[in-house]
Amino acid sequence: MTSVRDIPRPRVGDAPAAARSVHLSKVYGEGDTRVVALDAVDVEFPRGVFTAIMGPSGSGKSTLMHCMAGLDAVTDGQAYIGDTELSSLNDRQLTTLRRDEIGFVFQAYNLLPTLTALENITLPMDIAGRRPDQAWLTTVIDTVGLGQRLGHRPSELSGGQQQRVACARALASRPEIIFADEPTGNLDSRSGADVLSFLRRSVKEMGQTIVMVTHDPVAASYSDRVLFLADGRIVDSMTSPTRERVLERMKAFDGQPEA
Amino acid sequence: MWRATVRNLLAHKLRLALSGLAIVLGVAFVSGTMIFTDTLGRTFDDLFASTAADVNVEPATAFDSGLTGTGEGVGTTSTVPATVVDTVQGVDGVASAAGFVRTEGVYVLDRNGDVLDTGGAPGIGISWEPDPALSSSTLVDGRPPRDATEVALDVDSVEKAGYSLGDTVPVLTTGPRVEAELVGTFSFGDSGGSAGASLAAFEKSAAQQLFGTPGQFNGIAVSTVEGVTQEAVRDRIAAAIGDGYTVRTASEQADALAGDFEEGLAFVETFLLAFAGIALFVGTFIILNTFSMLVAQRTRELALLRALGARRAQVKRSVLAEALVLGVVGSTLGLAAGFGVATGLRSLFGRFGLTLDGGLVFATDTVLWSYAVGVLVTLVAAYLPARRAARTPPVAAMRDDHVAVERSLRRRTVFGSVLTAAGVAALVGAFVVEDDGSAASLVGLGALALLLGTIALSPVIARPFLRGIGGVLPRLFGTPGHLARENAVRNPRRTAATASALMVGLALVSGFSIIGASTNASVDGALDQSLGADYVVSTAVQAPFSADIAEQIRGIDGVDAVTQQRFAQAELAGVQTSVSAVDAGTLDSALALDYTAGSTAGLRGDGLIVDEDTAAARGWSVGDRVEALLTNGRRVELTVGGIYTANAALGSAVISLDTFTAAGGEALDRFVYVHLAPHVDTAAVRSSLEATLDAYPVVTLKDQTQFADEQKGQVDQMLMIINALLGLSVIIAVLGIVNTLALSVIERTREIGLLRAIGMDRRQLRQMIRLESVAISVYGSVTELVLGTVFGTSLVQALADQGISRQVVPYGRMAVFLVIGAVIGVLAAVWPARRAAKLEVLDAIATA
Ligand SMILES: Nc1ncnc2c1ncn2[C@@H]1O[C@H](COP(=O)(O)OP(=O)(O)O)[C@@H](O)[C@H]1O
Ligand SMILES: [Mg+2]
Repeated sequence: MTSVRDIPRPRVGDAPAAARSVHLSKVYGEGDTRVVALDAVDVEFPRGVFTAIMGPSGSGKSTLMHCMAGLDAVTDGQAYIGDTELSSLNDRQLTTLRRDEIGFVFQAYNLLPTLTALENITLPMDIAGRRPDQAWLTTVIDTVGLGQRLGHRPSELSGGQQQRVACARALASRPEIIFADEPTGNLDSRSGADVLSFLRRSVKEMGQTIVMVTHDPVAASYSDRVLFLADGRIVDSMTSPTRERVLERMKAFDGQPEA
Repeated sequence: MWRATVRNLLAHKLRLALSGLAIVLGVAFVSGTMIFTDTLGRTFDDLFASTAADVNVEPATAFDSGLTGTGEGVGTTSTVPATVVDTVQGVDGVASAAGFVRTEGVYVLDRNGDVLDTGGAPGIGISWEPDPALSSSTLVDGRPPRDATEVALDVDSVEKAGYSLGDTVPVLTTGPRVEAELVGTFSFGDSGGSAGASLAAFEKSAAQQLFGTPGQFNGIAVSTVEGVTQEAVRDRIAAAIGDGYTVRTASEQADALAGDFEEGLAFVETFLLAFAGIALFVGTFIILNTFSMLVAQRTRELALLRALGARRAQVKRSVLAEALVLGVVGSTLGLAAGFGVATGLRSLFGRFGLTLDGGLVFATDTVLWSYAVGVLVTLVAAYLPARRAARTPPVAAMRDDHVAVERSLRRRTVFGSVLTAAGVAALVGAFVVEDDGSAASLVGLGALALLLGTIALSPVIARPFLRGIGGVLPRLFGTPGHLARENAVRNPRRTAATASALMVGLALVSGFSIIGASTNASVDGALDQSLGADYVVSTAVQAPFSADIAEQIRGIDGVDAVTQQRFAQAELAGVQTSVSAVDAGTLDSALALDYTAGSTAGLRGDGLIVDEDTAAARGWSVGDRVEALLTNGRRVELTVGGIYTANAALGSAVISLDTFTAAGGEALDRFVYVHLAPHVDTAAVRSSLEATLDAYPVVTLKDQTQFADEQKGQVDQMLMIINALLGLSVIIAVLGIVNTLALSVIERTREIGLLRAIGMDRRQLRQMIRLESVAISVYGSVTELVLGTVFGTSLVQALADQGISRQVVPYGRMAVFLVIGAVIGVLAAVWPARRAAKLEVLDAIATA
């Protein structure tokens, strides 16, 4: 079968987006329990850019990520990875797309406990039955900086190390885009900084596209651009964020009454 | 705490249902067995209760052969002469007394000339007793038979055969074949049931002539006058007729008959309960596994309870309470399912000859035992997990990453190694020990120790085994194979417990298949070597048949020699032995015996020939004098005239037919060997033989191959029953694999979500679970094959002296077992794999 990679991608403009959405809506439940998690969101994630998504709890950050990554079906509108519209794909094609074009880093439980760190890193390629690009793999592994611990199982690694392995796994298959949902949420600030610098370097040095959900202003400050979400809508954005500016912006949310 | 228990039960309905099913099946087997044997007992109790007159007189037996009611026959029965009847009649308090004739081996033929199907129950011939006070038969239609040309039949037989009064009915007696007019029908006993047996009644002197001895009876039925107790009359009769007779009141008689029968019944019950026990043993693993996994999954919750102040004992009690509820519910359903099992057993045994009419008997004992066994097994299986649950540290509630530290397998290793070593030692001992009895029990003990030892060691062996054999999985199936192997080894205890459940049942199946194959090969070998006769005549179940048959065969042209073989129970120098009686003159033409001392000539007259083992065990050599006591009380002085190497057809001791007849042996043959004259037209002789035997449908004519096939057929049939019964434990084991996998899927929901998120498709996921299942079941099958081979070959060795002289391991069949193991793995994984593949990625990831 043809992989998504093989589908010819016409260049749209000079900086084609790695992913984008058009009037993307997501509604949960019906009647009394109806919740509009995403309300006609138009967003672009340009190639080689590290985007952070922030917003109060329940604002739809995770939902946006899940819809963009093809983990959840959209109610209305479209989500694109490159030029592939996700709702046109069946389960099989979506799975292949996730395997080959998308990298994931979750908040916790990212690794299979039965596999070593290295085996976890190459897992998506193993599943695909592809040999990893050895040079690239070496680069990724060098960057992740685990050294001797590559042969260890997750239970023998610290939380920060585990998250770095998860990031390395996301990078290793050279996906179009990486989605990370609060990757440092469970880490102390020191380990969190390790993981974030790693993500930052992969954008800077390897040209990776990363979308990261976070509610930590420090984490957001590692990104190129911050999108602010509230009540399922993008309400603001900020380029070259610093901790202080993000904090400032966040305070405005806290002042707002719940919708 | 109680509320938490109930909530938990409801929350884990599905998982509990699966382990509950193990209890249901196990208990169903127990209760089904009890219902079945109670029903069997009731049927025969009815039969015996109705047989008894007020007082019964029977000839005493010299020793208790333990064979009454087993259809084995003791070869010699003594009779009561008519004069004793007169004596009894004269005893004070006796209203009336009458001698009766009653014998097995009298068959009614149907319109096609075939033996009326009694479903394995005997064909019985009786004398008609006109006095209703002395008879257990009640005339239903027509009139009593008046002479040898008239017969009355029980109503069931008449109905089965479709006869009506006035029809001519062929009857095979223990003497001649007769054709008699059906003049009456009767019902037998109070319930009219005869457990399938056919009853043919003849006029008294005709009965003596056809299947008894003129002037002799098999017993006397006595009715008492009013106002005198049966006990008083019994004592007076005993005093009047002296030694040599057993006098019993009606209830004593019923007890005595039922007592003998109940020994046989108890054997059947024990036999069946052994399989129920195996099923429950296997079920224990599944329950243990289920509770271990439920407890592991609830670590946080249990820790929270502990943190909130629940004491260890409370936590333990809460887990045990769940087990209790499960046990009670499972036992109740099992009890109900027991009716199904009893019905199944009834039809299984029906196929092999034992038919039972009437409803199933449901006794209080069945209920009590079912609950006792079901609840106890569940509690025992849940105890270890409960204890572990109680040990959950409260801190586990606070920590996200609390993984139960894997407990060391050291204790297991030591314990298992000791048991295994003991088992091996016992098995080796069994080879060395001379005595058959202790060799067999050593094999039994050794097998048990080895089984338990292997189960204990199983988790220790599982890891290297699965790493080794599992090495092919990644190579053949890529990542799903790799993950499957890792999943299988990740919790060796769980994998081992699951595999052990499968191992137990299959090990027994393959062990028995070795015994079966060896027995069949031995039958072949023994007959090849020893059967010199061209044809053998016998019934399908080695029942006795009329000596007329041998007599008629002798008259056929082309037949050179006819050898009759009969069996008797005798005490040879004080030790009860099964003895064959054969024609000394023709034995050599029937069976080729290998003598180490003496020859067939030594059998003539008062000769006794024995096999080597018996000679060695008793210290006999040619020329020794041995005293034999027969059941009828006759003592015979025998002279050892030959010692032969073990022979399956002859057994351990042989006397001459002359000695047997002189000592009052019954003129009923069990086997007749036919040797043809040289250079005759075999086909022509065979057709005359068949023409002659047409009149006697109880027996069949078999050439050497057919005879061997018939014997092997019995072995195969036995194996089939055993395999059918073991099948249940295999089913339970399959449920166990399903359960373990299903629980693993639930336990690994997040992992599955992760795998799906990073690109594993549903097909690969299903394959991963299927391969894990196959790895577990193949592990179980390989250990099973090793154990089964050890069990089977050891037992064959131990039984070498019992005629199983050849050791055959049916490799083809063993390979099939391995394949079956793998197929079981694939089948067991179907449902858990489907469940796993159906998981929505997001839901799975969201599961904390
Ligand atoms: N599976 C679901 N069913 C119903 N409502 C949901 C579901 N998932 C999320 N929601 C609702 O959608 C809204 C957005 O949720 P989410 O994207 O998880 O927010 P965030 O990640 O920003 O905290 C919330 O109001 C949440 O309650
Ligand atoms: Mg979220």
